[in-house]
Amino acid sequence: MIGAEAIVKCLEKEKTEVVFGYSGVAIDPFWNKILDTDIKRVLIRTEQNAAHCASGYARISGKVGVCAVTSGPGATNLITGIATAYADSIPLVAITGQVNSDMIGSDVFQEADITGAVESFVKYSYLVRDVNDIPRIFKEAFYLAGTGRRGPVLIDIPFDVQNAEFEGKFTYPDTISMRTYKPTVKGNIVQIKKVIKEVEKAKKPIICVGGGVHLSKATAEIRKFAELNKVPVVSTMMGIGVMPTEHPLYFGMVGNNGQSYANRAMNESDLLLMVGARVADRAVNRPDLITENKVMVHIDVDPAEIGKNVGPTIPLVGDIKHIFADFLEQDEHADDHDEWIEILNGYKEAAKKPSKAKKSKYVKPKEFITKLSEQMKDDAVYVADVGQNQMWSCAYHIVKNGRFITSGGMGTMGYSIPAAMGARIAGKNKQVIAVTGDGAFQMSMMELATMRQYGIKVKIVVMKNGFLGMVREHQHYAYNDNYSMVELQGDPDLSLIAAAYGMGYAKVDGSSDIDAEIAKFLKDDSSALMEVCVDPMELTTEK
Amino acid sequence: MQKKVFQLLVDNNPGVLSRISGLFSRRGYNIESITAGVTADARYTRITIVASGDDVILDQIEKQVAKLVDVRDIHELMPTDSVYRELALVKVKASADQRQSILATANVFRGNIIDVSVDSLIVEITGNQSKIDAFLKLLEGYEILELARTGIAGLGRGTDKVIYLDD
Repeated sequence: MIGAEAIVKCLEKEKTEVVFGYSGVAIDPFWNKILDTDIKRVLIRTEQNAAHCASGYARISGKVGVCAVTSGPGATNLITGIATAYADSIPLVAITGQVNSDMIGSDVFQEADITGAVESFVKYSYLVRDVNDIPRIFKEAFYLAGTGRRGPVLIDIPFDVQNAEFEGKFTYPDTISMRTYKPTVKGNIVQIKKVIKEVEKAKKPIICVGGGVHLSKATAEIRKFAELNKVPVVSTMMGIGVMPTEHPLYFGMVGNNGQSYANRAMNESDLLLMVGARVADRAVNRPDLITENKVMVHIDVDPAEIGKNVGPTIPLVGDIKHIFADFLEQDEHADDHDEWIEILNGYKEAAKKPSKAKKSKYVKPKEFITKLSEQMKDDAVYVADVGQNQMWSCAYHIVKNGRFITSGGMGTMGYSIPAAMGARIAGKNKQVIAVTGDGAFQMSMMELATMRQYGIKVKIVVMKNGFLGMVREHQHYAYNDNYSMVELQGDPDLSLIAAAYGMGYAKVDGSSDIDAEIAKFLKDDSSALMEVCVDPMELTTEK
Repeated sequence: MQKKVFQLLVDNNPGVLSRISGLFSRRGYNIESITAGVTADARYTRITIVASGDDVILDQIEKQVAKLVDVRDIHELMPTDSVYRELALVKVKASADQRQSILATANVFRGNIIDVSVDSLIVEITGNQSKIDAFLKLLEGYEILELARTGIAGLGRGTDKVIYLDD
């Protein structure tokens, strides 16, 4: 057995279903040996997207996503994808080929110090020097990526190590014990009881859910706890979908791009349970002020997040699923907060503005996304890209029982199409819709070929306005409409792009029957592209 | 701005020092000094870091370093129950008639003369940082040609916080 076979065996032991990647001589021993297995291979069109595909796959499957690329430029192209996963704590194992061990450090062809280069975006990285270390390193890598605060782990394997003869019999460790890595799973019971007491005492409690809830697969526990005690819930961008949008206890997304009534609910609460959220700059404008009028409980698996941006009254470290299971067990009587919920419903009602249905040659994003959501399947996956389309998606997409995913922390344009591909593979035959802008679309449209090659069926909606809209909007306010580097006059004819890749195509503008067009677009389970003509001057804040 | 001395026990893996120093640079933490050396058990390295910042930053330093996979332990070495030592090598310009007085100063600080040449000498001095600072101040009347300081190494007193490395 050679190193490459050992790697493949490790992946089989980890029940890896698919590897996204790109070839190259330095990783070819691995691609050669994977042929002997049932592991699916997906050849993407640029390496960054291998990580995005694996990220979309991980988020929907709940497993560790795997990608593999070659040395040098293959590895460096992967970095943005790895950094994107790191910012959202997505579990990935990235495998990179490397030049021969004895050449490392001599600047030979396609050599890059990838472990050094990704150091600040990975949970850990390995450079494999000895073929016999492969089983231990893979076991550790999957364990590190998929436990504690999830994140990407990179394994760099020189060409000669992939080809080296493995000594003795291959055994994959069943258990793992790392001296230096022991994430906290169970929450401290004294703290848990304290929180229960606070919930009982509170007049105006609120739960703010973040991406950590999805990562810990704790959606059911959170919903149950909220319903039992009638505690309203708001979410960060990463926490969208923890509660169905139309759930009577859900009061929208917080933050400077969120709903006013969500921010008001959080600000006026007297008890805030911050769950799996970083209290990041886009979600909470002045974290230092948030604890002024309230008790704040910060629940996170990563102790370093607690107190990083805001000092909590009660810190609670552990896995959210376990902590909420303990809450439910310890909580002896159900509370109700009807008065508080009534106040919040009042805020929500007051924020509703009748949309002025002015006749225009453009489509209103709000109208389109609402109608799209209505017709999507209950368990569909909605992948928003980055930019104005993302803000519209956050504001108007109605999550029923599906998922909403996006690049929240890094804000990486071009994320939606590859992530949707990964999500589609993970979700088997679930409906997956990528909503993107004409800028982000052109950063990943090469993957339409991958979709066609492997029959990965994704519906793509391009909100086309001929601008890098989010930045245009910024320049509108900050530079009095002096636009620089935001016009996309070279946009391709999307009908021809769709035709070139053998996809269905539809275009909607102000004169279209949007409901009928969406119905046609979603009818078959096939890849299709919908071009939505949006006013170039449209803003994300509805005026 | 406060200063804290942290003691770390880390796995002696390749690149461990760059992972730690990299964390300090990318998160914008201040390192005043860092010293590292293998422990009696060759699997581990002990590192002493002097860092500065406000309370929040110093708290974050401890948590973020603890999160690194290679780090087995980090704790603060409190001045009250720890010992710190730093070594400095000072090359001083010294003509024949200056030698005696430099020697006398070095003696007061229990410094050793470890090299003498026609017009210079090298003093080796060990102690906590304030002792070394005081010695350097006394040498201000002379010309210091070169100075090498190691940064401090430290240990807690007694056996309370000793980590026994059996596994």
